[in-house]
Amino acid sequence: MAIELKMPALSPTMEEGTLAKWLKSEGDTIEPGDIIAEIETDKATMEFEAIDEGTLGKIMVSDGTENVAVGTVIAMLVGEGEDASSPVEPPAAAVAQDEPSEDNDAGSEDTGKASAPEKPKSEPRPDPEIPAGTNMATVTVREALRDGMAEEMRRDERVFVMGEEVAEYQGAYKVTQGLLDEFGPKRVIDTPITEYGFAGIGAGAAMGGLRPVVEFMTFNFAMQAIDHIINSAAKTNYMSGGQMRCPVVFRGPNGAASRVGAQHSQNYGPWYANVPGLIVISPFDSSDAKGLMKAAIRCEDPVVFLENELLYGRSFELPELDDHVLPIGKARVMREGSDVTIVSYSIGVGLALEAAEELAGQGIDAEVIDLRTLRPLDTHAILDSLAKTNRLVIAEEGWPTCSIASEVIAVCMEQGFDHLDAPVLRVCDEDVPLPYAANLEKLALIDTPRIVEAVKKVCYVA
Amino acid sequence: MARKATTRKKAPAKKKQAPEDEPFVLHSLQEAHEKSPRYKASEEEMLHFYEQMLLIRRFEEKAGQLYGLGLIGGFCHLYIGQEAVAIGLQSALDSDKDSVITGYRDHGHMLAYGINPNVIMAELTGRQAGISKGKGGSMHMFSTEHKFYGGHGIVGAQVALGGGLALAHKYSEDGGLCLAYFGDGAANQGQVYETFNMAQLWNLPIVFVIENNGYAMGTAVKRSSAETEFHRRGTAFRIPGMDVNGMDVLEVRNAAEIAFKHVRAGKGPVLMELNTYRYRGHSMSDPAKYRTREEVQDVREHKDPIEGLKKVLLKKGKTEEDLKAIDKGIRKVVSEAADFAENSPEPDPGELYTDVLVEEY
Repeated sequence: MAIELKMPALSPTMEEGTLAKWLKSEGDTIEPGDIIAEIETDKATMEFEAIDEGTLGKIMVSDGTENVAVGTVIAMLVGEGEDASSPVEPPAAAVAQDEPSEDNDAGSEDTGKASAPEKPKSEPRPDPEIPAGTNMATVTVREALRDGMAEEMRRDERVFVMGEEVAEYQGAYKVTQGLLDEFGPKRVIDTPITEYGFAGIGAGAAMGGLRPVVEFMTFNFAMQAIDHIINSAAKTNYMSGGQMRCPVVFRGPNGAASRVGAQHSQNYGPWYANVPGLIVISPFDSSDAKGLMKAAIRCEDPVVFLENELLYGRSFELPELDDHVLPIGKARVMREGSDVTIVSYSIGVGLALEAAEELAGQGIDAEVIDLRTLRPLDTHAILDSLAKTNRLVIAEEGWPTCSIASEVIAVCMEQGFDHLDAPVLRVCDEDVPLPYAANLEKLALIDTPRIVEAVKKVCYVA
Repeated sequence: MARKATTRKKAPAKKKQAPEDEPFVLHSLQEAHEKSPRYKASEEEMLHFYEQMLLIRRFEEKAGQLYGLGLIGGFCHLYIGQEAVAIGLQSALDSDKDSVITGYRDHGHMLAYGINPNVIMAELTGRQAGISKGKGGSMHMFSTEHKFYGGHGIVGAQVALGGGLALAHKYSEDGGLCLAYFGDGAANQGQVYETFNMAQLWNLPIVFVIENNGYAMGTAVKRSSAETEFHRRGTAFRIPGMDVNGMDVLEVRNAAEIAFKHVRAGKGPVLMELNTYRYRGHSMSDPAKYRTREEVQDVREHKDPIEGLKKVLLKKGKTEEDLKAIDKGIRKVVSEAADFAENSPEPDPGELYTDVLVEEY
């Protein structure tokens, strides 16, 4: 049976080309690998190689023909024992430009024109009830994080911690204090200073069936490793059609610390929250730090867990429960109010609560929402509160451009427009690299007075 | 002399000395390999190697054809010419325990596992029946069932991920090793050396395989690499290296046996350089103008791994007819795979939002 030689696509974008030159003539014997013709694309001249053996039959497109569409039959290759002198007539349709065949084309066009299916919606689960009479202990965020990891390590042999100074030094910020003593060097692993490498090793270990908790000394250094967080961890489940998971937790302090300058002070929440395939968590108090850390470690998806150095030493109430696990993707109402909503996360929540106190003194009753999870974002909580208060301000310790604040504003515009009595405002850090000088640093960072001011603005109170 | 001894205390104490280096014999594996470089394969094994290499070759030729017809899109990197590497190495693995990871030129490594060519080809054409449901494409294919962990598109990323797989083998004490392939181009990525360091430091069961096909996309090795003897690149980390002819499946298999034995004995990583050649461009859209046609033709004529093994088989008494029958069978398999890949339906639009996350939140 004769084989049709068709105008090849030589690049992902090529639609047509010039048949520059035939290097074989009708009747020539062709071996696989022989160069039959030269084809010019807009980028280069490419050689057209034979795949099959046979004899070159009729040449349908002659030397120098321009604008030959990809898929057009340019010649026939006649197999062994066939008569090359009487080439098989090509099927009429094949000469025209409507190759590849109608069926295939129609199929792809249909899906191409159809609108994308709707993104599935889900309602986040509520926090489990804390039984009446549960003792509330006062615990620092640092201890809460450590206890969350330790409990999960006791529960599941596959969980281990790796990072710079996590073991013998007891953690650069002492978050992993005591873990080496309890779990030993097999499960608490000091790495060299080599973020890209150990982030990849952590992601690979998760693909291989373990449950790594990878500590970055700060998330500023994770920029060296962001390729593995995004390209390796976040995308693999999708690219493999759900075959290959990567249940890893990347954790460490994020956001501005104190007087450490521009390279060590940045909030990566918006960066990671941009990426489908990742879970991004950023807790404020001890209860959420522990409950969400435990949830993150149990989670089958890759998690970026953004802590805050300035919160590590702060103490909060934490329910003394055997297994304090909180739902991922669920915001928390920190303070109920009826006049205005302040949405925040991480260190901003503390400022928002302070602002709410101050506003209460001025007769404004503010509701404060802690997002806790930045991806998936609990839009229900935001919109429910907006429907109640009709006014909203976002307080975020981070740059304003393309921020979580921008995202919340978009959600309010798209889904809450009818509830808005005022434009949504964002209160963020100033749009500059963080300066070192104490006075400039103070000027650059979000603070309570700025939140109070923005709230009064959306309440139209002078 | 006595006086010297008494003053020694005051001399700078920190004269760093190289440790006594009897285990630091980075050439020992290479020497063992060179002593007897060809694996003594049974006739049955040889026929199997021949068949597998030919399957890769014909599959890739067909993939090139389908690409030319517009049925395969995007980037498509063919393995033609490098067949002996994947077959020689992977035939020596313990497929129940060991894991494999590679870059984007991954079709051959999957075929080497005996994974159904239909689902691989259907992935290339972006169909629902593809091994990644059509959502990965040529560069992103996985088979956790076979402990094949991809299929990674970022040059060099698979090396660190492979280090993680090796860590998992060691951590779970499952006796497996990880075979991590990368190219001469990836060998210049920083994370490769970060991984070398940790792999040796933690004594991980990993075999690093540099498939040196001479060109990092269009840049010849000598234009991109200060040290072109890639097997020496582990020396700074005390990783023994092997320099292997990647165009002879029996030599590759022989070297694999030596390397794997070393790693399985708990002696840490090995770095293998497999010298090979790709006949096609870097990807389908590469006209390969950075080398001469003569160079390619010379390799095809004198070093082709399939022709090489064919000669051995003919010497052993197989006839041209026997081998032609094998080729015919493979052409049939490949042509069926192409038909399957062409005629399978595209993914359901509903698949757009599946597999983004495993859990619901």
